[in-house]
Amino acid sequence: MVGEISIKDVHKKFPNTDPSKEDIVALNGFSLDIKPGSFVSLIGPSGCGKSTLLRIIGGLDRATKGELYIDDKEIRKPGSDRGFAFQGSNLFPWLTVEKNIAFGLKARHIYKEQKASVQEFIKLVGLEGFEKSFPHQLSGGMQQRASLARALVGHPSVLLLDEPLGALDAFTRMNLQDEIIEIWKKHNMTMVMVTHDVDEAIYMSDQVVVMSARPSKVEAIIDINLPRPRARAQDTFQEYRTKILNVLNLGGKVDEVEYYL
Amino acid sequence: MKKKLFTVLKLLLPFIAIAISILVYYQAADNGKQKKTAHPYYLFFLGVLGAVILLEILIGLFNEKIRKRIIHKAPFLTGVIVFLLLLNYVTTKTTLLPTLYFPSLDRIVGLLFESRVFLLKNVGDSLKLLATGFLWGAVIGFLTGLMLGYFKVVGYWLNPITKIIGPIPTTAWIPLALSTFPTTHGANVFLIAFAVWFPVTLMTSSGIQSISNVNFEVSRTLGASTIYQIIHVAIPAAMPSIFLGVFYGTVSSFATLMAVEMNGNSSGIGWYINWQKSVMLYDGVYAGLIIIAVICSLTLTILFKVRDRVLTWQKGVIKW
Repeated sequence: MVGEISIKDVHKKFPNTDPSKEDIVALNGFSLDIKPGSFVSLIGPSGCGKSTLLRIIGGLDRATKGELYIDDKEIRKPGSDRGFAFQGSNLFPWLTVEKNIAFGLKARHIYKEQKASVQEFIKLVGLEGFEKSFPHQLSGGMQQRASLARALVGHPSVLLLDEPLGALDAFTRMNLQDEIIEIWKKHNMTMVMVTHDVDEAIYMSDQVVVMSARPSKVEAIIDINLPRPRARAQDTFQEYRTKILNVLNLGGKVDEVEYYL
Repeated sequence: MKKKLFTVLKLLLPFIAIAISILVYYQAADNGKQKKTAHPYYLFFLGVLGAVILLEILIGLFNEKIRKRIIHKAPFLTGVIVFLLLLNYVTTKTTLLPTLYFPSLDRIVGLLFESRVFLLKNVGDSLKLLATGFLWGAVIGFLTGLMLGYFKVVGYWLNPITKIIGPIPTTAWIPLALSTFPTTHGANVFLIAFAVWFPVTLMTSSGIQSISNVNFEVSRTLGASTIYQIIHVAIPAAMPSIFLGVFYGTVSSFATLMAVEMNGNSSGIGWYINWQKSVMLYDGVYAGLIIIAVICSLTLTILFKVRDRVLTWQKGVIKW
């Protein structure tokens, strides 16, 4: 099975905007192995470098130090083995839904051979009948669906999701969580998702990686041993919740709660 | 019922105005100072206008869209007819305005009709010059803007130069261009091209620079090469801004066209106006102005139509 990611001692520094000050250390010796076909969430306080890590896996940024492999190939730049779903939908506003989804196939010059998968993914995300619509004519949830289809159309073995549902209302969000799980099951791919939402992480993942504040490292890896399909209103759900919040130091006494999330 | 009557009255208004115009034309006493024309051309014009309105009303009986338009336009057209009536009254029936500078409508319309072949030839010359200069300017402007906007190195070297040379008013180049170019035509094309080049360059490059970086990141994760990214992300995303540049360029190309035609040219509408002025034939000046107004507004209309087609995706994103 493909879609194995291994991250070894990754460091990432950004130059400070004020050059007299020291560089900002976003990741300081981060290591993690992600099993092929698993669903892993990265969670942690704002600015903990989880998005940075995802971008490095996606090949959008380079690590300052350390090594990353996907199926034993070193990651240097974006590749067709990884799909990337960005925060917000970020569809190209000048292209119709259909053309947005086909963009990757055309850019890689495989559109002729794989034309059929455009329709397949439009169907998968339930956007039939909206092929010729422009992004601004769609609701937020539909835009996000189209964006997922665009990331998936090249059949990547890993899908990287950067807070994909952050901008949506609670109900659309829950629907899309279920749909992403369906897609994951159907296509047997590895999912790595950055999220702010503890419940979302527990509901969707096999494994929740809790990261500490900058410079960040893995604080805890919590396996979610809940049978699927999962129910949001479950007692064990609450246990995981408490566990994660405690790792983040947010589970403490009521008068000490700090709102990072 | 009442509404229907009101609509009929509205549609009758232009014809009533035309009738009054004809009445005034023949019944009020002339001031006797305007040169007489062979035919009452002003009335011919009103006749043509009336016929067009009548035709639209007739088509409107069967076509909803045309009907709505003509009902909407009828009061405005009446206003135009009344304005012409007043203008004609003041110029031919009173001595309020100097006859030399304010020729009668008969003379202006008559000139447009009688010299049509000569005028058309000049219109053709102007349009050819405008189109040649415009194409050069737009194409080179687009390419420089693209390079400036997309490649930081090019921007570093060329931005200061563009920002110093670009804002120089085109007319300031006329003396230099006329003396350095082997032919006047070459100089004219250069000057018009220059007028278009700067705004197109500026707006293309600023359009590309203001594209949100996430668009490029998305396309990179989807496997786009640099060339593919330029053609399929940078250019379409900057298109609204590029169109704005083309619009500014078009407006400034009109100004430059007139300036070069009035300086050392021997054909074209700008030259015609200047020539008519120098021989004190102001009916020719007005005729020229009317022709220019028609050409410029037609060009802009075409430009907007093209934009509407190319930028359909913008509807609902940006209001215009």
